[in-house]
Amino acid sequence: MLIRNMHTYDIKSSEITPKSAYFSRRRLLKSLAGGSAVVAFGPYALNNNTSAATKIPNLKRTKWTLKSLGESVKLTSYDDITSYNNFYEFGTSKGDPKRNARLLKTRPWTIIVDGHTENPGRYAFEDLVKFDQLEERVYRFRCVEAWSMVVPWVGIPLANIIRKLGPTSNAKYIAFETLADSKQMPGIRSRVLNWPYVEGLRLDEAMNPLTLMAIGLYGEILPNQNGAPIRLVVPWKYGFKSIKSIVRITFSEEQPPTSWNLSAPREYGFYSNVNPEVDHPRWSQAKERLLGGPTNMLGFVTKQPTLMFNGYTEEVEGLYQGMDLNRHF
Amino acid sequence: MATNQQFYWAVKFLIWLLAALPIAWLSWSILQKTLGPNPAEAIDRFLGYWALVFLWITLAVTPLRLITGLGQLIRFRRLLGLFSFFYAVLHLFSYLTINQFFDWVAIWEDLLKRNYIMFGFFGFIILTILAATSTTTMIKRLGAGNWNRLHKSIYISAILITIHFIMIRKGFQLEPFVYAAVLLLLLTSRFKLKHRRSRKRKFLSLKK
Repeated sequence: MLIRNMHTYDIKSSEITPKSAYFSRRRLLKSLAGGSAVVAFGPYALNNNTSAATKIPNLKRTKWTLKSLGESVKLTSYDDITSYNNFYEFGTSKGDPKRNARLLKTRPWTIIVDGHTENPGRYAFEDLVKFDQLEERVYRFRCVEAWSMVVPWVGIPLANIIRKLGPTSNAKYIAFETLADSKQMPGIRSRVLNWPYVEGLRLDEAMNPLTLMAIGLYGEILPNQNGAPIRLVVPWKYGFKSIKSIVRITFSEEQPPTSWNLSAPREYGFYSNVNPEVDHPRWSQAKERLLGGPTNMLGFVTKQPTLMFNGYTEEVEGLYQGMDLNRHF
Repeated sequence: MATNQQFYWAVKFLIWLLAALPIAWLSWSILQKTLGPNPAEAIDRFLGYWALVFLWITLAVTPLRLITGLGQLIRFRRLLGLFSFFYAVLHLFSYLTINQFFDWVAIWEDLLKRNYIMFGFFGFIILTILAATSTTTMIKRLGAGNWNRLHKSIYISAILITIHFIMIRKGFQLEPFVYAAVLLLLLTSRFKLKHRRSRKRKFLSLKK
């Protein structure tokens, strides 16, 4: 059965607005004309503990705008997105990453590329993500813990990077690894998970136009707690698939191991597609709490129904044709 | 010099004061909106945490009494237990209202499907029974022996609550296991201490 969502991603002329939605936040953009790297110090620099925010110039507009998510949808605030994080390398409570991630050194940053690829080697992250190709994409972000956000990411399609790296015909999967340095990441000392954190996708999932390698949000360079300098964003999967602070990309023939699956195979599958019909063994996935979303009469956020594939059915259902999603959860 | 009775009331007053601090802090934080991006979850966790802490403090009274020899400590145990119940009620209430907003279908499904909800719920039922039978009248009505046996079920409640706490965390997290270890210590120490004391008594009576 084809589940069609109310919204559509076709671009209407009304959606092509000259200004990005976050400008409604009345932030000043001081940009220097002509430069390739334009630095501005918006008001956020004041309350952002990760140093002065760097404004990314010349972002390409895409069809994934705020409006494409529906008229009533609002962006989750910058403060919420950057102060409520699961990044266990910096501690297990939601506020830990913001407190501890300043220790992370993101420049220079090298990514090792290996496995079944024509161009293995060590890459500076700026070589993988060309700053003049950056796009803004507003995506829903659904955590496996049943809360969600709406985030304006900045990045490039992972497919662009993969094409450049040239996987060989043996490459069926792509695996990622997060930095695991106890000197920069205090959470590494406790063995919540087996470090380093690893994640992976089937190659066709990775090539899907939705899959993004993000280096920024809200038009600025990623704060460390959100996975700086480079992270994956797979909007139709639970948040933990969107691996942060990537230091290795491996093309493999076999399905790669993934951290949460290793930790609790009964609770977290390799696919981990957002699916309201398949519950986590310990809680329901039918609804979610959109942080900063509409509130009930008690003043707390009303839980809203979770959408199949987090609302991206049109774009991704072809990837799972004929698969039993209850078994491949 | 303060009399014994005055001292007793002073300590009780102090317990009331200290036990009211968490709820005062929480109320203030709700009003000030300083509980972070997900206040509903923060409230849930906070109330559950303090219900647990007061239960552990209640269970520490007997070992402490046996170690220090201060028999008077027992007079504060009921109050501490009732504060645990107080926070447990608020914890359950926040789950039903703030968390599920009276979605009875979802609540019923949670109860049946989620083991950790089940463990927490039965832990709460036991606490409710103990709170309901905590009055002097009830002690008299039940008889000291029956009442004692019934109130031993606080150990079961504490174990259920520990499982509830461990299960809610993702991955292997240390904190719930620290509380589990403390509980183990609290439960085993009282038997060891009592055993030692009864042996000592026996020894003394033989000496006479």
